[in-house]
Amino acid sequence: MISVKILGTGCKRCNNLETQVRELVKRNAIEAEVEKVSDIRQMIGYGIIATPGLVINEKVKSTGIIPKDDVILQWLKESKNE
Amino acid sequence: MDRKIKLYLPLILLPVWTVLYTGLASIANALIYTLAGLTRGTHFTESAWFFVYEVPKVLLLLVLIVFIVGIVRSYFSPERAREILGGKKLFTGNILASLLGVVTPFCSCSAIPLFLGFVESGIPLGVTFSFLIAAPMINEVALVLLFGLFGWKTALLYMSTGLIIAMFSGYVIGRLKLERYVESWVYEIKAGRLQPNGEKTPFEDRISAGIDAVKEIVGKVWIYIVLGIAVGAGIHGYVPENFLAGLMGKSAWWSVPVAVILGIPMYSNAAGIIPVIQALLEKGASLGTALAFMMSVIGLSLPEVIILKKVLKVQLIAVFIGVVGTGIIIVGYLFNLIY
Repeated sequence: MISVKILGTGCKRCNNLETQVRELVKRNAIEAEVEKVSDIRQMIGYGIIATPGLVINEKVKSTGIIPKDDVILQWLKESKNE
Repeated sequence: MDRKIKLYLPLILLPVWTVLYTGLASIANALIYTLAGLTRGTHFTESAWFFVYEVPKVLLLLVLIVFIVGIVRSYFSPERAREILGGKKLFTGNILASLLGVVTPFCSCSAIPLFLGFVESGIPLGVTFSFLIAAPMINEVALVLLFGLFGWKTALLYMSTGLIIAMFSGYVIGRLKLERYVESWVYEIKAGRLQPNGEKTPFEDRISAGIDAVKEIVGKVWIYIVLGIAVGAGIHGYVPENFLAGLMGKSAWWSVPVAVILGIPMYSNAAGIIPVIQALLEKGASLGTALAFMMSVIGLSLPEVIILKKVLKVQLIAVFIGVVGTGIIIVGYLFNLIY
């Protein structure tokens, strides 16, 4: 099971990324637990200072941007074998 | 889309852009006088021509500049800004932070994590404020509109005075030693460090970043621009010349502070406010007063203050508004004096 966290304070871009990731996971039948984290302390704990942040298996993959579908999918596939 | 094609797309589109941009007046003339057959000189024709000419002009400029800025911004990030500002003293730090605030991609919803991340890594409070003041006040949308509607001198003046306000306000806040007015939990936070992934970003991806920026920003603000210019066009055609001279002109000394105070609770993006300001200017409001109003609306906004309330005590917020507000008032008087 891959753990995916979307970190954001509830702005529009953060919600967009959450929807996008959930959809990707569903459409590609990836076994992943997607979680939205809005606690600022946790966010800072990962070193994220620009929202939205994307964390896969506890590794920060992107901050401040909404990555493209194929890029996220690539990350998810790489994380499957960890 | 194929990655290589993306690389050449801007080169193909640039000549199209140039032809369109230079032909705008002829297109507007053709549409208004030939196609719609309106009579020259009436209020309605004046307004309609203004609208048909200004809307595509501003949108074309916006697409080009937002695209370029999107590419430039792909070289910067808040994390990078934090790295550069780490260990910088007041003053040099304020100058750098203001400049970085302009080029770093920033959304006001990130203000809190950014504030925490900066302060936690030891960047002085005053330097952090310089960044937070410059980032919203000087943005590409404001600059494009100022350039498109008032010319490059005004755009440059806005940018340089905005930078000076950000630098000095941050410096003053730093010198006042207000750290005790930051919520205490802020200093207890422990931040992680991101490992740079070390991958080199290919230029195609930066072009993509530019295209994404155009989609996102132009997609968001075009409606405000159209509405703003529509209001502007109405004022342009119907409100008599010098109508506002007494109220917002140079002779009314109190107009600058009043404009700034009125601007604080008002919240609008640059796109909505500038076309209205252009129309105000045309009817006799003075440039200093109008620009001070605009800076106050964009740079000192109530929603941002509410966001900052999570990490700052009321006293510090009051100092922040007071210092930046005073800076804007000084700039307003200065502009009124020069022009």
